[in-house]
Amino acid sequence: MPNGNAIIVKGLRKSYGKTEVLKGVDLVVEKGTMLALLGPNGAGKTTVVRILSTLLSHDGGEASVNGYDTATQSNEVRSVIGLTGQYAAVDEYLTGRQNLLMMGRLYRLSAAGARQRAEELLEQFDLVDAANRVVKKYSGGMRRRLDLAISLIATPPIIFLDEPTTGLDPRSRLAMWDVIRKLMDSGATILLTTQYLEEADQLADKIAVIDQGRVIAEGTADELKQKVGSDRLELTMATDADFAKAEKIVSGDNKQTHPKRRVISIATSGGVSGLNAVLSSLENAGVTVETLSLHKPTLDDVFLHLTGHGAEAEEHEPNIEETHV
Amino acid sequence: MSNATVSTKPVQSSALGRIFSDSATLIKRNLTHIKNNPDQLLSMVLQPVMFMLLFRYVFGGAINTGGTSYVNFLTAGILVQGAAFGATTTALGVATDLQRGIIDRFRSLPMFSSAVLIGHVTADLVRNTVSSAIMIGVGLMVGFRPEANLVEWLMAAGILLLFTFAISWLSAILGLLSKSIEAVQWFSFIAIFPLTFASSAFVPTDGMPAGLRWFAENQPITHVIEALRALLVGTPIDNHGWLAVVWCLGAIAVSVPLTAYLFRRYSK
Ligand SMILES: Nc1ncnc2c1ncn2[C@@H]1O[C@H](COP(=O)(O)OP(=O)(O)OP(=O)(O)O)[C@@H](O)[C@H]1O
Ligand SMILES: [Mg+2]
Repeated sequence: MPNGNAIIVKGLRKSYGKTEVLKGVDLVVEKGTMLALLGPNGAGKTTVVRILSTLLSHDGGEASVNGYDTATQSNEVRSVIGLTGQYAAVDEYLTGRQNLLMMGRLYRLSAAGARQRAEELLEQFDLVDAANRVVKKYSGGMRRRLDLAISLIATPPIIFLDEPTTGLDPRSRLAMWDVIRKLMDSGATILLTTQYLEEADQLADKIAVIDQGRVIAEGTADELKQKVGSDRLELTMATDADFAKAEKIVSGDNKQTHPKRRVISIATSGGVSGLNAVLSSLENAGVTVETLSLHKPTLDDVFLHLTGHGAEAEEHEPNIEETHV
Repeated sequence: MSNATVSTKPVQSSALGRIFSDSATLIKRNLTHIKNNPDQLLSMVLQPVMFMLLFRYVFGGAINTGGTSYVNFLTAGILVQGAAFGATTTALGVATDLQRGIIDRFRSLPMFSSAVLIGHVTADLVRNTVSSAIMIGVGLMVGFRPEANLVEWLMAAGILLLFTFAISWLSAILGLLSKSIEAVQWFSFIAIFPLTFASSAFVPTDGMPAGLRWFAENQPITHVIEALRALLVGTPIDNHGWLAVVWCLGAIAVSVPLTAYLFRRYSK
C-alpha cells in the first residue's frame, strides 16, 4: 500500500558548461511503485539517474531518495539503492561469480551472506553456466544480466534501471521484463528509464515523459493516452496513386502520413458518422482503400502530440559490446 | 529459498572497519586480476629479463664499470627499471576503471572509495615482488654475484618496495588525470624510459656530457639504484641510501592525498 514517496525531485537543474541539460525537473515516485522516465536520446534521463544515485552533483533544486538528500547524505543514499547504469559496470577480468561476491562484500554483506546471494542471483539470472568465466568473454546480454544481478545483491529497496533493455534481442528483453516484474512484486521501488513506449506501458505504474531536460507530461499510461483525446483511424491505400489522391482528400486532427506504407491516420471522435464521411469522400474520388483500422492511441501518439516529434525518431541503439572496445 | 541461518542483509560496522574490509576486498580484486590474466604478469617479467640479457651480453663488454663486474653493476639498474615500469600498471588499471564505467558502480556503493586505489597499488607490490625475484634468479644464472648478508638483502627489498609503492601512487595520479587508456600507455612510456636511462642504471654517469651527468647523478632514480647496488654488491653508498628513502617518502606524502582528492573530484 502506498506509504509515502521514496524518491522526490524538485526543480532539478544541471548544466554541463554552458549547456543546460536539466531545466527544472519535478518527479515523485511512491514507495513500492515503478515510475518510467520516458524520453528520446539526449533528453536527460541518464543525468537524472546519475544525480539520484549520487554519481553527479546538481546545480539547483532538490533530490532526495528514501528521505536522504543526494547532495549531503550520499552515503545513506548509497546504502538503500541499487544502480544498473546505461552501460554495464562490471569487472571484465573477474568471473561473474567473483563480481557478485566482491560487490556483495562492498555492499556490507557478510562473506557467507554474499556467497548465498551470489548463488541465488546466478540461478535467477540464468548465469550458472557462465559463473566461472571471466566477464570479458560474456555477450552483451549476459553482461547486462550480470550488471542487474550485481545491483540487487544487497536487496536494496530502491532500484534505478537506466535503459535496462536497450541492445537486447526480443527474447532477452522479455526475460528482462519478467525479472523486473518480479522485482516489483517483491515490493521494490523502481525508477526505470526507457526510449521504448511499449516498455513503459507494459511495466510502469506511472510514466513521466521527459524531453530536452523537462518533464512534459506525467501520469498513468491511460491518463497520457486520454490527453490525445480520441481514437485513431488508420487507412492503408491500395496503390501509390491512391495514396497520393487520398492525401489531398483526407483531413482531420493530428494527421500523419507514411508514404512508404501508403498509410494515412487521423484522430477521430470515434463516431460512426465521421468514419462514414471519410470513407465516402474517398469512394467518390475513386480511391481504393486496402485496409482500415481503428485503434486506441498509443504512447507514440502521445509523444507526437506532446512534442511534435516522434519519440523513437532518431532510433539509435547503443551497442553494448561497442562500449567495451 | 533463503537459508535461515545466513543473513543476506547488510551488516553495520565502524568507519575504520569499513576502510580495512573494503581495502581487503579491493586488494583481493586486483590479485584475482593477476591470476585471471597471467599474460600481463608474463609481459611485465619478460621485458626486464630481455634487457638484462641484452645489456649483459651485447653492451656489457664495452662498458667499463671500474671495480665490479658489469652483471653485478647492471642488476640493481634492471631491478629498479623493472619496478618503475611495473608500477605504471596502476596508471593503466585506474584509467581502465574510470573509462570503462566500473567506477560508477564503486561510487554508487556505500564503500571507502580510495580502496580502489589501494587495491591497484598493492597488486603492484605483489607483482613487482614476483618479477624482481625472477629477475634476480635470471641474474644469478648469467653471473650476478651479490655479496649482501641477510640484513642487506632485507634493506634492499625494503627500498625496492618503497620505490615501487611511490611510483605506483604517482602513476595513480596519471591514471586519474588521463583522458584515455592509450594516453596512459604512451605517457608512462615517455616518462619512465628517459628517466631510467638518464641514470646510473646501465652505465656509470662519468661518461655523460656535463648537463646530463648532473641530472643523472642527482635524480631520485639514481639514488635508489645506487642504494640498491651498494647493498647488493658493496659499491660505496655515500648519501644515496637516505636520499632514496627521502625521495620515496616525499613522493608518497604528496601523491596519496592528491589521488584521494582527484578521486573524489572525479565526475563531480
Ligand atoms: N559529461 C557530459 N558533458 C557534456 N554534456 C553531457 C555530458 N553528459 C551528458 N551530456 C549531455 O546532456 C544531455 C542529456 O544527456 P543524458 O545522457 O542524460 O540523456 P539520455 O536521456 O540518457 O539519452 P540516451 O537515451 O541517449 O541515453 C545530452 O545532450 C548530452 O549530450
Ligand atoms: Mg541515457
